[in-house]
Amino acid sequence: MTRTGATEQDEDRGPAMTIPQAPETRRRFHEARWDEPVIFELSVPGARGVLPPRPDRELPEADSEALVPAAMRRRRPPALPELSQQAVLRHYLRLSQETLGADLNVDVGQGTCTMKYSPKINDQLARSPQLAELHPLQDERTVQGILEAIYRLDLLLREISGMDAFTLQPASGSQAIFAAAAMLRAHLRARGEFPARDEIVTTIFSHPSDAAAAHVAGFRIVTLQPGPHGHPDLASLRAVLGKRTAGLFITNPEDTGIFNPDIAAFTRAVHDVGGLCVYDQANANGLLGITRAREAGFDACFFNLHKTFSTPHGSGGPACGALGVRSHLEPYLPAPIVTFDGRRYHLDAERPASVGKVRTWYGVPEVHLRAYAWIMSLGAAGLRTVAESAVLCNNYLLERVRRIRGVEVPWPNRRRLEQVRYSFEPLRRETGVGSEDVGRRMADFGVHYWTSHHPWLIPEPFTLEPTESYSQHELDEYAAILARVAREAYEDPELVRSAPHASVVHRHDHGPLDDPARWAMTWRAYLRKRGAAAGTEATGE
Amino acid sequence: MTNDAGTAVHPYIPSSVPEMRDAMLRSIGARDVAELYADIPPELRLDRPLQLPEPLRSEHDLRRHIEGLLARNVSTAEYPSFLGAGCYRRFVPAVCDEINGRAEFLTAYGGEPYEDHGRFQALFEYCSMMGELLEMDVVSVPTFDGAQAAATALRMAGRITGRHAVLVPATTNPQRRSVIANYVDGALEVVEVDYDRSTGLLDLADLRAKLSPATAAVFIENPGYFGVIEAQAPEIVALAHAQGALAVACVDPSSLGVLEAPGAYGADIACGDLQPLGIHMYFGGGQGGFIATPDEERFVAEYPSRLFGLTRTVVEGEYGFGDVFWERTSFHGREEAKEFVGTAAALWGITAGVYLALMGPQGMREIGETSMRLARYAATCLATIPGVRAPRFSGIPFTEFVVDFSATGRTVREINAALLDAGIFGGADLSDQFPELGQAALYCVTELHTRDELDRLADTLRQVLA
Repeated sequence: MTRTGATEQDEDRGPAMTIPQAPETRRRFHEARWDEPVIFELSVPGARGVLPPRPDRELPEADSEALVPAAMRRRRPPALPELSQQAVLRHYLRLSQETLGADLNVDVGQGTCTMKYSPKINDQLARSPQLAELHPLQDERTVQGILEAIYRLDLLLREISGMDAFTLQPASGSQAIFAAAAMLRAHLRARGEFPARDEIVTTIFSHPSDAAAAHVAGFRIVTLQPGPHGHPDLASLRAVLGKRTAGLFITNPEDTGIFNPDIAAFTRAVHDVGGLCVYDQANANGLLGITRAREAGFDACFFNLHKTFSTPHGSGGPACGALGVRSHLEPYLPAPIVTFDGRRYHLDAERPASVGKVRTWYGVPEVHLRAYAWIMSLGAAGLRTVAESAVLCNNYLLERVRRIRGVEVPWPNRRRLEQVRYSFEPLRRETGVGSEDVGRRMADFGVHYWTSHHPWLIPEPFTLEPTESYSQHELDEYAAILARVAREAYEDPELVRSAPHASVVHRHDHGPLDDPARWAMTWRAYLRKRGAAAGTEATGE
Repeated sequence: MTNDAGTAVHPYIPSSVPEMRDAMLRSIGARDVAELYADIPPELRLDRPLQLPEPLRSEHDLRRHIEGLLARNVSTAEYPSFLGAGCYRRFVPAVCDEINGRAEFLTAYGGEPYEDHGRFQALFEYCSMMGELLEMDVVSVPTFDGAQAAATALRMAGRITGRHAVLVPATTNPQRRSVIANYVDGALEVVEVDYDRSTGLLDLADLRAKLSPATAAVFIENPGYFGVIEAQAPEIVALAHAQGALAVACVDPSSLGVLEAPGAYGADIACGDLQPLGIHMYFGGGQGGFIATPDEERFVAEYPSRLFGLTRTVVEGEYGFGDVFWERTSFHGREEAKEFVGTAAALWGITAGVYLALMGPQGMREIGETSMRLARYAATCLATIPGVRAPRFSGIPFTEFVVDFSATGRTVREINAALLDAGIFGGADLSDQFPELGQAALYCVTELHTRDELDRLADTLRQVLA
């Protein structure tokens, strides 16, 4: 298979016909740029976008003034924009075109996010009125179908993780971490050990929420740094364990993509001092059917269904952090949980030791249903193929990216599973172009690129996670774009630094976003501050 | 065709094609995928296949299976429903579903403000329209739900005032109350303020008695959980301020075409759930939270969630949108940050923005008025049934009201079972959570109800209770 162009000239017959081909680096790409105004600027006083239902017959009582207590009657109508229906539709369609959804690109650049394909069939099923129009307080008899789906998903996740019970209530990974911390707190209180035990150990390459959400639940955070092998070593863990240890919250592989082979020794060490272990499985995509939380000794784990289990990310939710526990933590699970008596499914809220609720109702059932459908479309062998393919794709991409001039692979001799956190530090040193500059330039070729959470322990980081959803050639394409941008950094650094050029908008002035006098989080604030600024300029102050 | 693991080529996995898989392995110098897993010690390997059901091979098989499950549900599109209690069946314009089903929004995530400019703008506009509805200058991108928004608003108030007690109505939505209790545990003391047994409004004498220099915030729901419009809101705000406390108002945004904006009666923090704004119920999956404050640095600095602001770019006249005050967030500061931030409910924020743009001020006023008039009519009809007291409270209801069945000698559970047999979902049973009300239920009427449905409810109840 050749992907080189056929543009040589045939001297006898003049210019040869150019054979169209897929551009290796999307060099002619330009994202939609509609110069779309803010919706308030499109307002036409009196226009209507939709006519809501009105009573089908005149009601006896029609005096609307009398309906609202005087003190609570709205004095000024809300200054919402007024648009006709197609004007609203067109505006939002344009904004959608100015958004690079995963469906549109080789989305390997948002590392840690597991941007895999979200099957359309699952979206269609989730939008069924038989789910969309269900009220959460309906009689159990009328919601047996969705309860069965949730219960079946619970069973599937138990087998995949080795845990004994799941709650699907947390609406994200961060909320699952909070729920796990709240359960740990309840468990320790039941034993009279809280707040005597109030330290949670995590690692710097675990998600920031492992530290932040656990802290909200009242724990002090101890953060381990990587040792010579790219992950914390057992000695550094042992050095911080003791009577105050409540637990360990850890990812594995961490966001570096490096699997900590000592993980079972880690959990044993924590158990030995009386702590419990919670496995943040945000990075589980390479592990399905390969290794499980149970065998590694964890007391709890959670999966991000919007990552590993394919549900769409929704521009940032709604989502689900499915939290599983071993039986000794089961009494503390948020209520209710779905149970099955052999005949009927129930929402069991009679859970006296439960930590209560972390989210309203039962979580996000339209996400649960999609995840269930995804697992059912793959089965055990399919899940293993997912994991193996994700790891293969990552290692394939790694081989290409590590050859790019300016790239460094930290801990180069360590294997990686499903993702890699790379460094562009050599590029920055040699060209002055940093990782954020590269990211803006990548947007010019229709792909995402993400650096890392803070702190940047790995200098000028970037994190790539190919998942199982891309082919060899699609990975080649991403690597080619990255190589091109790196080459540009050496040849024409200003081109990269001044990027983006072919994205929706140009480089921001970040000043107004961090300046209380100028920041504007709503249009009304913007108008007020712009007015104030204009007034200031006019008076020459 | 199968790959070397003996499994079928799967449509979701391009590299499951054996030739491609082999070529990729060759390219990295590996004989098989097992080599790539060398770091996982043998004792951690699962030595057997996962015991899962046989997969449903074709998309059609999957559809049949899932639709078979869903067919066992009976939805509120089939039976008239009077359930509310924080999740509402309201009018969802077609354009809302059209936009939140767009692949670009549905499958976007954490892109940068350049290639994801449209997502940033749509969420900025959502915040801006919420700002108009609430009369607040700062609105966060969505939090998980209204309960989380309330819990975070209270923690924000604790940090802003440096105080540790929060006063919440004894009538607070029990789910929200549970989330709050769990979330502020160890940080804030939650003190309940009683309610007036006849009006359903907050008991101001009890509020005065419990306000103290330790009070960080007075929390109200407006309308309250019992559906009553908290007409004393301006007075409650004044009482809070007089003690140096903040006033936190948890409001139903669908009421704000007719009810006063929390910003206009002096609330310092507004919060609530945006599900009523063009989002289906999804068995509770349609919830999303909002938090809003005045544009003061002491407030802005305490938000855990992302805040999207408008800025300029290097091109004259071009709008850009980006993160404001990023250093607050746990993405930057881990445990040193303000609480935590992560994936929440952005798609519902975009949807609520579309809804508000479609509805405009007139639409918001109309649904408010229509709901209130229908609710009033329903209560009047139910009140004619012997033994039924509706509404239970004299406070003016918005779209929900409490029905007291105590004098009928029947339990709400029995009544709802009988209604269900007649194809009606009765109101939410309050008897467990508010035993002092006896056998009472919370009925919800929205603009989607027809007068015929309300008449049918009354007729059926009359028969059931006869």
